[in-house]
Amino acid sequence: MLTVEHLQKSYSTGGKSLEVLRDVSFTVEEGEFVTVVGPSGAGKTTLLRCMAGLLPRSGGSVMLTKTGKVIDAPPPEIACVFQDYSRSLMPWYRVGRNVGLPLRNTISDKAERQRAVDDALRSVGLEGFADSYPWQLSGGMQQRVAIARAIAYRPEFLIMDEPFASVDAQTRADLEDLILRVRQIAGVTVVLVTHDIDEAVYLADRVVVVSGRPTVVMDVIDIDLPRPRSQVTTKGLPRFGELRTQVATLISRAGAEAATHA
Amino acid sequence: MSTTSIVSAVSRRRWSSGVRGAALSLILPVVIVVAWWFVSEGSTSPFFPPLRVILATFADTWLSSRVLSDIVPSLVRMIAGFAIATVVGVALGALLGRLRLAVAALNPILQFGRSLPATALIPVAVVLFGIGDTPKIVLIAFVSCFPILLNTIDGVRNVDPVLEDVCRSFRLSRTQRFRWVQLHAASPQVIAGMRVALSLAFVVMVATEMLGSTNGVGYVTLLAQQGFQIPLMWSGLILLGLLGLIVNGIFVLVERGLLRWYTQGQED
Repeated sequence: MLTVEHLQKSYSTGGKSLEVLRDVSFTVEEGEFVTVVGPSGAGKTTLLRCMAGLLPRSGGSVMLTKTGKVIDAPPPEIACVFQDYSRSLMPWYRVGRNVGLPLRNTISDKAERQRAVDDALRSVGLEGFADSYPWQLSGGMQQRVAIARAIAYRPEFLIMDEPFASVDAQTRADLEDLILRVRQIAGVTVVLVTHDIDEAVYLADRVVVVSGRPTVVMDVIDIDLPRPRSQVTTKGLPRFGELRTQVATLISRAGAEAATHA
Repeated sequence: MSTTSIVSAVSRRRWSSGVRGAALSLILPVVIVVAWWFVSEGSTSPFFPPLRVILATFADTWLSSRVLSDIVPSLVRMIAGFAIATVVGVALGALLGRLRLAVAALNPILQFGRSLPATALIPVAVVLFGIGDTPKIVLIAFVSCFPILLNTIDGVRNVDPVLEDVCRSFRLSRTQRFRWVQLHAASPQVIAGMRVALSLAFVVMVATEMLGSTNGVGYVTLLAQQGFQIPLMWSGLILLGLLGLIVNGIFVLVERGLLRWYTQGQED
């Protein structure tokens, strides 16, 4: 379990302090799929980077409950997938090497490492592409490489920052279903940030709705939609519409409050 | 369509346009050589001998014993100097790129060293290292080191912040980050620096051979001028031009192979 408690983050720029995260608390249970959704300009990326140990906090804590470890630096239990796939892969290495490099520190046996790379590529439907270069692949395929790299690392938590924001709608739907399948196979807990309400509801067990800056948690909504989810059936359910409206209402309220503050 | 067929289609298209480009770029040189040949044919001026005479001299001089006695020594010096410059420039640049304060402290010295005209350093090199190969190689290495050094410093710093996050989140060690990421990310800039360095190395090679030398293409060319062997002087110039072209051509081929990921990625 991952616990985010009273997380705060301020940047100081030129003597002035900019408060991005005011007070963010929520928990992520073992095996859960949690999405974080909020208006654009909310400190969503900042929140994820703090959770992944990539950014120092100003206050509060992020804790791996099982070990009681407070996250101050990137822990081996967490792997990240970033929004900009074209910048997160190493263009000078082939796909297989991109996926395999982080494993050098976690799997010492070469054959076993190769097997982990093959398994991960197969689970994202990229078997046979290990010898391609990232720039030979489409955007959606490149993001699948990034997902394979994260999965191969065998993390307990997969943290994804708007991973599907830079691809077209059809690819996006495919990738959404892919990540649902992959997390089943890998048995990984997922925290995914998005600004897309449909995506947040469609993927999640719980949706954490956050406000605009300075960011607080507005509400955490349980998504009681049946699994497995399907783009057609799930999104056609009346309950999907209700949940979607509920989240949208919260977000528009967040937007309105932010406007009166400004 | 599979990736391999996409790639081969692209390379086929590139190949045919490459052939056309090569043909196009040959037109002007051919025209100039032909024009030179006929215009100079009846020339009686001692300064502008017929191209026929120059080429005959070229064949007699440069394609025989002078290959070993002058061309090879020239190239060996240049390549040795350039190789030393590359090793020192990349190693020192990679180190300094991670030490911002050191660079700030060293910057005036680096800028001063870079600004020194190579030719002014020849007497200094002769005084310090005498006559022979050593002063020439040292000077070639010194002068051509700067563009590589400065570009490497800049290059290893310019790793994409997203990629930095990737490295940190997968807990890559400093050495791993350096070998797998920084060096590669810097390579386009390093190679651009090497390209500048290569032409500097060529200039310094010729210049050092013209002052205090007993062999080399530059030495023979200057001696020809002083001995009023004008066709030999012209043939030396042609040889230098051709050598420059060949060396640069080889470099471009190597560059293309090394930076395929970079140039291909940019086109998308």
